Amino acid sequence: MQKVNVGKKILSANAEFAMNNILLLAEHKVLCLNMISSPGSGKTTILTRTINELKDKIKIGVVEGDVQTDIDAERIRATKAPVVQINTDGACHLSAAQVNKALKNLPMDDLNLIFIENVGNLVCPSAFELGEAGKIVVLSVAEGDDKPAKYPSIFAKSKVLLINKIDLLSAGAQVDFDVERVKADARKLNKSIEIFLISAKSGEGMSDWYDWLIRSVEKNRQ
Amino acid sequence: MHEMMVAENLLAAISDEAAKRNVKPIGAKISCGKLYAINDEALCFAFEAIAKGTACEALKLQIEHKPIQGRCKKCNETFNVDFSSPKCPKCSSEDFELLPDAPLLLEEIEF
Repeated sequence: MQKVNVGKKILSANAEFAMNNILLLAEHKVLCLNMISSPGSGKTTILTRTINELKDKIKIGVVEGDVQTDIDAERIRATKAPVVQINTDGACHLSAAQVNKALKNLPMDDLNLIFIENVGNLVCPSAFELGEAGKIVVLSVAEGDDKPAKYPSIFAKSKVLLINKIDLLSAGAQVDFDVERVKADARKLNKSIEIFLISAKSGEGMSDWYDWLIRSVEKNRQ
Repeated sequence: MHEMMVAENLLAAISDEAAKRNVKPIGAKISCGKLYAINDEALCFAFEAIAKGTACEALKLQIEHKPIQGRCKKCNETFNVDFSSPKCPKCSSEDFELLPDAPLLLEEIEF
């Protein structure tokens, strides 16, 4: 039996496309945020509300990732924001090559901010860099407060944690979710993570998230 | 199951290297950072499935997971991050930055 040393990077193709995306976004001064969560946490609702309410301040485009259908792209299209749907046909995450193709189909010169809505999954998308400036992890209160402890990678890597559906925590609702536990667990992994409590349905708490977005877009333009 | 995509890239890389040296590979050692969240069983299963009928059929995979590294923002110490209690071993500060994950590498081929 013989052995040879190889030392070859396996996902170098993905890394190359991610670098191309970084350059492409920088050239057009567009901020790109990669949104990651479990299915059903409310990513698309957060996006449609954000796009509608920031219409006069930020020009937003969206790359939609789903295993199948263009249901989410249709919802974004209703806001009149430019959107490109990617169907992964079974894959549990987006790749940088897919995003590269999608970016080229967006009117980059007319945009300040592009959201990538990744495939609903808390594990796989966190392993693939897409060339984004930051990751936004969304956790809805119905999913339970143990998620940062159970899926540390994505909370450790994200710039922002959006705790969504806080309207369900109001009196009478049957949801056990300890907001303080989630905040403490997430900050233990990532001291600089920004945490916003929101309800994309009622609009509660959205203004702090909007302020953060506006500040980040401003910073990226300079 | 992002392991399937990793398996496809891995098979291509091993086949490529083996063909270059004109050998039939029987084993391969790979390494990756823990943030890649690679499950050994899932990766081996995926690899076995796609390697069927190729020169890499029956190849044994050995996977090494490299620790996650952080750098303390207070004392600048670089250390292995334990997610169950992440803090600097030198000054006990919990304020640290996560360093880029170790890349996914094909380290070695056996034949």
